[in-house]
Amino acid sequence: MANQIKNNTGFFASLQESPSTDEFVKGLWRDNPVFVQVLGMCPVLAVSNTAINALAMGLATSFVLLMSNVLVSSLRNFIPKQVRIASYILIIATFVTMTDYIIQAISVDLHKALGAFISLIVVNCLILSRAEAFASKNTIGKSVLDALGMGFGFTFALFCLGAVREILGNGSIFGVPFFPDNFQEWIVMILPAGGFFTLAIWLLIFNAAKQRKATT
Amino acid sequence: MKEESLWYIFINASLINNFVLAYFLGICPFLGVSGKMETATKMGGAVTFVMLISSMCAYAIHALLVAINAEFLQLISFIVVIASTVQLVEMFIKKMSPALFRALGIFLPLITTNCAILGLALFQTSKGYGFFESLAYALGAGAGFTLALVLIAGLREQLEFAEVPAVVKGTALTLLIAGILSLSFMGFAGLGS
Repeated sequence: MANQIKNNTGFFASLQESPSTDEFVKGLWRDNPVFVQVLGMCPVLAVSNTAINALAMGLATSFVLLMSNVLVSSLRNFIPKQVRIASYILIIATFVTMTDYIIQAISVDLHKALGAFISLIVVNCLILSRAEAFASKNTIGKSVLDALGMGFGFTFALFCLGAVREILGNGSIFGVPFFPDNFQEWIVMILPAGGFFTLAIWLLIFNAAKQRKATT
Repeated sequence: MKEESLWYIFINASLINNFVLAYFLGICPFLGVSGKMETATKMGGAVTFVMLISSMCAYAIHALLVAINAEFLQLISFIVVIASTVQLVEMFIKKMSPALFRALGIFLPLITTNCAILGLALFQTSKGYGFFESLAYALGAGAGFTLALVLIAGLREQLEFAEVPAVVKGTALTLLIAGILSLSFMGFAGLGS
């Protein structure tokens, strides 16, 4: 970690003087869960067909991530090492069930649009990897910051995909028309294939930015 | 709900609504282990096997939970059952065929976090499939997963020898190929009607 901070002279370098800010910022940009670590791909591709779905999915995942990080971190001295993964999965599954019912209470339409993918947050590798790699080794405060950073980074990435797919595939953003009436929608963007293409192009942009920084 | 033949369920899960290319389930192993043909086939086989067993278990659990009126425990019990099934399968294979166990290696435990398995259990419950329909669905999903994995592994093996710009290398390239594959799988859409 210390090495990473030393090497980083990028955009957010000035923000990284205190380590606690670093826990937050790293998830947003440098270690962005989607664009850099390529974790949790299934929901990213499946529910990013409109901006609102993407945002809701991102927030739901962030909530589960935050709560499970807090609980895993506060129980880190009590969970025996041999059964830790099983315990983490149980903790995560509990919060996912809660989230499922909360979303159903807020908006039935949204619940229908996200479908089984709310339940599938359980197997999002991002959440388990944060519990295992971070929350089980750090204090509650740090784990909260880590979860917030990773959660916002994940939501941001989902929104990037969802917005592009909705604008091109539906000609609208958040349901509001974006283009004049004669715009021909790119149907492919809201189909599954569009998800793969959009994510590939975002990854290309990130790769190109990384390479440019490396050469200069 | 209209009556579906077992054959249609199989074709639907494997080709028309392919788990990887249409539902985006199991993308992690899809991106991770699709570099080589050999590992891809083995992974596909292991996933299909676990799918079959956990589909049967999920059917039984759902019936039990409905009987005692505790459907809110569905998710938690599914994930616990899948995790223990994987563990059981691992021990079983280790005992019966050490050679196969060594060949599968790390992929066996990793199946637990494969969303395709949990997704299958959830979908079959929400679609209200009976026992044999569930089995056909699991078999189809496994076959579809293996097919997608093998197809992309073959393409990636060929691409090893192609000159690709450095920016595109890696995950971005795999995603582009997957997108094109997904487009071509849409051609199966008319099969069911």
